[in-house]
Amino acid sequence: MASITEQRDAPAGERGAELERRGLALPRGWAYLPLGLFLVAFPLFAGEFWTVQIGAYSMILGVIALSLMFLAGYGGMVSLAQMTVAGTAGYFFAIFGTSSEMSISLGWSPWLSLPLALLVATLFATLIGLLASRTAGIYTIMITLAIAVAFFYFTRQNYELFNGFNGFAQIAPPAFFGYDWNQPQLFYYLTLAVAALCYAAVVYLGRSTFGLTVQALRDNQRRMRALGYHVTGHQVAAYATAGFMAALGGLLLVFLNGRISPGTIGVGPVIDILIIAVLGGLRHPIGPFVGALAFVLLDNFAIDLIERERFNTVIGLCFLAVVLFSPDGLLGLWEKARRALARGGRPRS
Amino acid sequence: MTMLSRRSLFAAAAAVSLAVGIAPAQAQDTIKLGALATLEGAFAVLGQDGMRGVKLALQQHDYMAGGKKIELIEGSSDASPDSAIRAARKLVEQDNVDILVGPLSGSEGLAVKDYAKEHPGTTFVNGTSAAQDTTLRDPAENFFRFTTDGAQWQAGLGEYAYKEKGYEKVVVVAEDYSFPYTQVLGFMNDFCQLGGKVVDKFWVPIGNKDYSSIVYSIPEDIDAIYVALGGADAVNFLTQYEQAGGAKPMIGGSITVDQTVLGTKGKRRDYLVGTPSAGPIADNWQNEEWQSFVKAYQEAFPDGFPSPSLFAHGYYISTKAVLESLDAVNGDLSNNQAKLREYMASHEFDTPTGKVHLDQNRQAVADIFLTEVAMKEDGTLYNEVVEVIPQVNQTLGMDREAFLAMGPVSRDNPSCP
Amino acid sequence: MADITRDTGPVGARGSAAGSGGDPLAPRGLPMPGRRQLAIGAAVVAVVLAAVVFFVGLAAGWWALGGQDKRFIATVLNGLTLGSLYFLVASGFTLVFGLMRNVNLAHGSLYLAGAYIGWSVADATGSWFLGVAVGFVAMAAAGLVLQIVVFRRMEGQDLRQTLVTIGLSIVLADLMLWQWGGQTYQFIPPAWIDGTVRLPLVGMGYSSYRLILFLAAVVIGIALWLFLNRTKVGTMIRAGVDDRDMLAASGVNVQLVFCVVFAVGAGLAGFAGVVGGTALSIAPGEDVRYLLASLIVVIVGGMGSVTGAAVGAVLIGLAEQLGLVYSPTYGVVYTFLIMVGVLVWRPQGLLGRA
Repeated sequence: MASITEQRDAPAGERGAELERRGLALPRGWAYLPLGLFLVAFPLFAGEFWTVQIGAYSMILGVIALSLMFLAGYGGMVSLAQMTVAGTAGYFFAIFGTSSEMSISLGWSPWLSLPLALLVATLFATLIGLLASRTAGIYTIMITLAIAVAFFYFTRQNYELFNGFNGFAQIAPPAFFGYDWNQPQLFYYLTLAVAALCYAAVVYLGRSTFGLTVQALRDNQRRMRALGYHVTGHQVAAYATAGFMAALGGLLLVFLNGRISPGTIGVGPVIDILIIAVLGGLRHPIGPFVGALAFVLLDNFAIDLIERERFNTVIGLCFLAVVLFSPDGLLGLWEKARRALARGGRPRS
Repeated sequence: MTMLSRRSLFAAAAAVSLAVGIAPAQAQDTIKLGALATLEGAFAVLGQDGMRGVKLALQQHDYMAGGKKIELIEGSSDASPDSAIRAARKLVEQDNVDILVGPLSGSEGLAVKDYAKEHPGTTFVNGTSAAQDTTLRDPAENFFRFTTDGAQWQAGLGEYAYKEKGYEKVVVVAEDYSFPYTQVLGFMNDFCQLGGKVVDKFWVPIGNKDYSSIVYSIPEDIDAIYVALGGADAVNFLTQYEQAGGAKPMIGGSITVDQTVLGTKGKRRDYLVGTPSAGPIADNWQNEEWQSFVKAYQEAFPDGFPSPSLFAHGYYISTKAVLESLDAVNGDLSNNQAKLREYMASHEFDTPTGKVHLDQNRQAVADIFLTEVAMKEDGTLYNEVVEVIPQVNQTLGMDREAFLAMGPVSRDNPSCP
Repeated sequence: MADITRDTGPVGARGSAAGSGGDPLAPRGLPMPGRRQLAIGAAVVAVVLAAVVFFVGLAAGWWALGGQDKRFIATVLNGLTLGSLYFLVASGFTLVFGLMRNVNLAHGSLYLAGAYIGWSVADATGSWFLGVAVGFVAMAAAGLVLQIVVFRRMEGQDLRQTLVTIGLSIVLADLMLWQWGGQTYQFIPPAWIDGTVRLPLVGMGYSSYRLILFLAAVVIGIALWLFLNRTKVGTMIRAGVDDRDMLAASGVNVQLVFCVVFAVGAGLAGFAGVVGGTALSIAPGEDVRYLLASLIVVIVGGMGSVTGAAVGAVLIGLAEQLGLVYSPTYGVVYTFLIMVGVLVWRPQGLLGRA
């Protein structure tokens, strides 16, 4: 399911080759240098708002959506629980570390609480993977949605661990190496580093044996099983990997907001991650970041253009338009535009 | 890779940097006022009414204060603290507002207070958020609240229920989150001190509409049920309670006995007569100031509610306090707005609902309205003002230390079974 | 994902509609008795089954609590009535999936839209029954439009269809908020169905409307079963569930069958919106609540099985109500644990076909 347009009835054997053929002709290698330079230089000329609220926030949402892109694009498993996993990392960082609710928070050193939070979230993602891989296909989306919504309701009701409706506030990033990572520029570079690492990891994984196996499972599970591959094992490993990535994004998100509450992992945010991934495009790891940037810009500036009230209609219609007309998302549009330009305005054949 | 793609990446980068670089120079003769309310999601209607309050106050001041022009910039949240923070960030960091009025709901207020601490250059004035700890514990120097909190809203209700109505044993039915907890505290504080008993509390999960199993759990040897549910949910609860054969009278929270409840049909309405409740406003208050406020609201917003909600009221008095203070200090915002803040913190303001002044934590001390459902001659029900409880402070008349020692509100705090 | 559909998917593939192999009421494999006898037999079995569940629950409560605790009995009754509401919503969802493999995540929106439209009609005309009828018809029409305008164009692309339904549910939720605002609405049903019944033996009052809701769900369940098993269209639907291509090859107008199923499924959601909105109330957010309920009910009951939906709905309804009374904090956890348990033990659902 590299692309959401893919025909169900296409002969399975051809699909891998087709993917290769149809792979997006995005620029490679050194073409990214200017982009990289731009991203590094960005905080030097942009204000606090653009650095954090637009730049860092886009990258955080991008990382979480990237974890979905990895699962959906490579593994064909559309998990709606990625925001839930991200939120779990945030919640457990608050629970193990320090927050406004010191009757619940354990106050452990961030050297301990940070890795533990990542671990708990990754375990949770693994569990979700175990459950979701009990069934296949479109069932995944239902099960993960059910898990996401149930977890949201649960955190809202549970006061012993998750502090219910109010959640946790005053969660600060750890002062690693004596720096205040909440300082806008530093926070931006922290986010940039994590985003770049996750991006590189997904690109690398896409070409690794593991990544290729997962893609092959997407294309023909039965054949892979016959070849002796452990189907569930690989799928669960993919969930765990994606879960770790989402957890990193979730930690950055609580650093940014300084708080976490059920609203952070509500139905809206859960669906937003899917919107971002689909908006950007599921076929290339850069897609989720493009989608996140578009989403964040809309989210912040829609109020200056339209009645804020109808924001959800606008975003929903954008999403529908992409699904209906540009199944490869904004990346697909980019490619179309590039081709059109390359043809030099010659009419379409 | 082609030259083309490289060029286009550069072009994109250039476009973005252009967009980023533009930060309009701020004119000295304009003061930017940000207003943050829930303009999306299920609370959108309430947020819009809050905005009406802001605009009414600005209109009455001709969008001028302290000799300067006031520019209004709106921000929107969806009632989640995360979205409130994002909207506040945009208003403060991108739109460079000098003063921010908002937000609307309790958990948003707590979030914005935390945010205010990081931005000492901006003055934050609460909209209608009514969580206690926004100002009670760990307040922010630059966060002011001219409205009362959820516990203050219930001032006098416990005493009235115990002494006048003679209710000694009650149960509580309320939604399971911080706002109802705070309301229950406001009620129980008097009620328990006088010797009343709250024998059980039924916390209903948020959004649950099915009370049918809870009504069978309500014991029969009680005098009344304290219900802190939104109006329509209260009707739902009453219907199901009645069908189960229950007939105990009700005591209402601040948002319980609204038009939905009063307009209810059937035999229920008879026993609604006499239901007491309390809150920061009372629609039917026959007071000149209040009536002229209602009239001004109706004239300014023909498409608004029939009468201003407590959200329009809260945002109105908050904005009014800001504008009057700006007048008093001649729009002087120098030195981190020190003069403005000093003035706001120590002066008394007139509002449509009486005098308001702030305490040491910049929290309002204001009048609260105790009401009771009564029947007009034509048979319609309305909330009659029984008593105006004057100048209720945040500690409900208790010593601050003793009040703080009771600890933050929760499902089990306070308790007097 | 690629394989969900055709051959290997353990579950995704052929969810069974009522009457298929996993269904205890199914006639398959039995010597065929006369049509009429079978219909009557099925109806009797269904009623008996419902009655058994009902009275076992009551008796268990009676016994467990020495006949003292009304609360338990009321809670079991509430669980059953809530379950019957869930059944009405989920049966449409499961039917549509069974035939078209379309996971309609806008199903909750159809529920809410039906409720709002029904409310507006009932409010304008003063006739609750007209509201119910319009709720059904309006959503059936909406379902028809969706099927013809949107889903027909992307047949076989499961994920894309599902994404479209997500997009639709976002837009619909916002448009409904625009039209009807954030407040809660309540229906005023005719007084003769909305009163109190004194239950014999137990000696307590109970909402007659909820009992009627339960009966209505049983009747509709039986009607649905008869429709699927005793009518020509129903036979086509079941055949389509088993092998869509073969059905098309045998000269049946598959598109027409799809339209009928989508209309019935969506109409049931609208119907449930009005009758459910009357039992409780309608407000924004109810779409997600009933979507979640439908998801869990069909995961538990088995995709495509109407009988499975009934069993799942009763289980979830009971779990939710018992949870609400006996441990309010963890109510949602019980529901969730049932889902997890079923997934571990029988991934295809209790009555789904492997």
